[in-house]
Amino acid sequence: MRRTTVFGLLGVCALLAGCLGRTQEGDQARNADAKEITLTIVANAVAGGKNARGANWLQNWVIPRFTEQQKAKGVTATIRFEQNGAGDEDFKTKVALDLKTGGGGDIIEVDGIWLGELAQAGQIKPLGDVVGNTDWDGWNQIPKAVQGLGEFEGRRYGVPMGTDGRVLFFNKKLFAQAGLPVDWQPRSWRDVLDAGAKLKALPGVTPIQLNAGTAMGEATTMQGVLPLLAGTGRPIHENGKWQGDSEQVKDVLELYREVYGGGLGDPVLQQEAKGRDRSFALFSENRIGILLESDYFWRSVVEPKNGVAKMPDRDTAVGWALVPARQPGAGVGGQDFVSMSGGGVRVVNPNTRYPRQAWEFLQFLNSAEAVKESLAGAAQLTQRQDVNDEVLAGDPMLTFVAEEVLPITRYRPGLADYPKVSAALQQATADVVAGKSPDEAAKAYRAALVKAVGEGNVG
Amino acid sequence: MGSSRPGGAGLDSAGLGVRRAIGFVAPALLLIAVFLVFPALWTLYIGITNYQLTGPAAANPRVVGLDNVVEAVRDPLFTNSVWLTALFVLGSAVIGQNALGFGLAWLLRTVRPGLRRTIEGLVLLSWILPGTVVAYLWFAVLSRDTGTLGLLLGSPQTAWLVQYPMTSLIIFNVWRGTAFSMLLYSSALAAVPPSQLETARLAGASGRQTVRDVVFPHIRGHVLTNTLLISLWTANDFTPFLLTAGGPNHRSEVLPVLIYRQALESGQLGYASAMSLLLLVGNLAIALVYLRLLRRRA
Repeated sequence: MRRTTVFGLLGVCALLAGCLGRTQEGDQARNADAKEITLTIVANAVAGGKNARGANWLQNWVIPRFTEQQKAKGVTATIRFEQNGAGDEDFKTKVALDLKTGGGGDIIEVDGIWLGELAQAGQIKPLGDVVGNTDWDGWNQIPKAVQGLGEFEGRRYGVPMGTDGRVLFFNKKLFAQAGLPVDWQPRSWRDVLDAGAKLKALPGVTPIQLNAGTAMGEATTMQGVLPLLAGTGRPIHENGKWQGDSEQVKDVLELYREVYGGGLGDPVLQQEAKGRDRSFALFSENRIGILLESDYFWRSVVEPKNGVAKMPDRDTAVGWALVPARQPGAGVGGQDFVSMSGGGVRVVNPNTRYPRQAWEFLQFLNSAEAVKESLAGAAQLTQRQDVNDEVLAGDPMLTFVAEEVLPITRYRPGLADYPKVSAALQQATADVVAGKSPDEAAKAYRAALVKAVGEGNVG
Repeated sequence: MGSSRPGGAGLDSAGLGVRRAIGFVAPALLLIAVFLVFPALWTLYIGITNYQLTGPAAANPRVVGLDNVVEAVRDPLFTNSVWLTALFVLGSAVIGQNALGFGLAWLLRTVRPGLRRTIEGLVLLSWILPGTVVAYLWFAVLSRDTGTLGLLLGSPQTAWLVQYPMTSLIIFNVWRGTAFSMLLYSSALAAVPPSQLETARLAGASGRQTVRDVVFPHIRGHVLTNTLLISLWTANDFTPFLLTAGGPNHRSEVLPVLIYRQALESGQLGYASAMSLLLLVGNLAIALVYLRLLRRRA
């Protein structure tokens, strides 16, 4: 009896084993004429919390309008909004698990950098394969570089949701107290460290917040290692190879050592489970001098009304400056200043029951009217040129990003291996913050990199 | 079949017969098969593949045999984690919960019933509260700047969970799990004949001597059972993730946390499954040692 049970179970296992990783294909026009449809949109946004503005927009503007529009066509549409307020990595895990098990929403907001791994896993598919014809007048309004955020290996997977740029934010009040110019623009890493040394004299102030460690996740890579690496003149992925323990990587880690070993940054904060959120709160309490972030920080963090760490005097207290290269001319392409950019993408779930309607909904979400409405009067670098021309004029910070930062920015390599490389870089900064020497950390990074992507792909 | 023969009555006292007996236990066996045996075998199977959450290996996983296990044993993160798990089990369960649980049970024997019930109630409360709630409360107590403990001690700059991660976790788990040991020892102590305690007292035995020579021989089995249960629970406990998420820099990454992070944060489902297998083997080894000790006593 017992033996038969075991064999029976093994048989079931073997049968199911064939299913590991299997995905389904579907007809693009399925249910195209349905009179009653249900669509779910999934986003890492939640009313009253993370990306609250986006959540409010979806809930109170998009859903009623689109439902109404469908009603006029005789279609009863039920649109659901699945809210999330999680860390980016956790959200990615959830989305991947959803897609893997054949579930998930019909339209999903993901980070552009996840496209590669999701696509290679077969969890998302090129937009045309999912919904059929993708002709849309909106494409003309989205610049090519921004469209590239929604592409992987030359194929389009979704519609980008805008882009951003990275700068050094600084607290003008603290700068004034420390005797530093409030129109500060450092020209080299040394300038930043020198300013940090002056800020150090102020009691209770951490001079520099440069994201480090694994707890910060991608924020460490995107707001730390990558802009710095761009400032050494060598991007992380070049000529088909990932950069190993090169001089440039060591230079970046050496800067981390100078910041965290030299008392210019707070090493403990980098290791706390909620360190990034705390660094935002500390900045808004005038306790951090300089902080490398994307314009998201300006729009959603210290924003006076809806930010997660509101600063009522943001417009006068927060300054911004371009991220300098190691020294003038040392940046990628011989640049004096550098930046990194990314952005979200909305994709259609290949398992959706209503592919045509999902595409229609996606077009609606990206219409000029909807995009403008999503800003709720604030400014942001949206995906649409026509909207940008109209809304950016009122915001000096975003205008600065559009005019000064985007021309010099770089995008992350959209490769499936990127998240593993990113994790290895985060670990290297964690090692330095924990007291390892930059050389040791670089060596360990190389070993981790080889393990993750293979010896042949490390340069 | 056995029920008709006098000799078989002892084996089949209910007189059901084999077929009906199987019918009775079948639903339970089915549940065990579906929710316990099948997932375990499934884990074994994934553990020999390079299955991942995303990327090419998610679409077309490959069987890699024992590579995952070999890699895990060589992985410094895994060895670090085994060591931390051993420390966690030894510090918080074998020593902490056992000693505190017994101590409370021993001291509470003699106090007024009202006071005893109040204390027992408080200890139980920490056990029955949901893990997330408890983790949140401890977070509030131990965090930097505004943490209760920092304010009480006048050192608000100490980030307890970052600077002393394992110590914090061990103290947390002692606090969290002592209730079970306390309850078990309370009932065990009730089984010690009062006459023997009285005799010991008349013979002039000290408290320590009484515990060692009179009480302990009576409750040895309870001690072993209790230690076995709390060791296994602690080794599999996931609550540390809620407090430190394995950080800072892997310094509190006990095995369940490491497995979770490898599986869901790094997406290495195959590798993580192989690690869970090793954790399972470790747990079995612990259980076998305890069972042998128990048998020796019998």
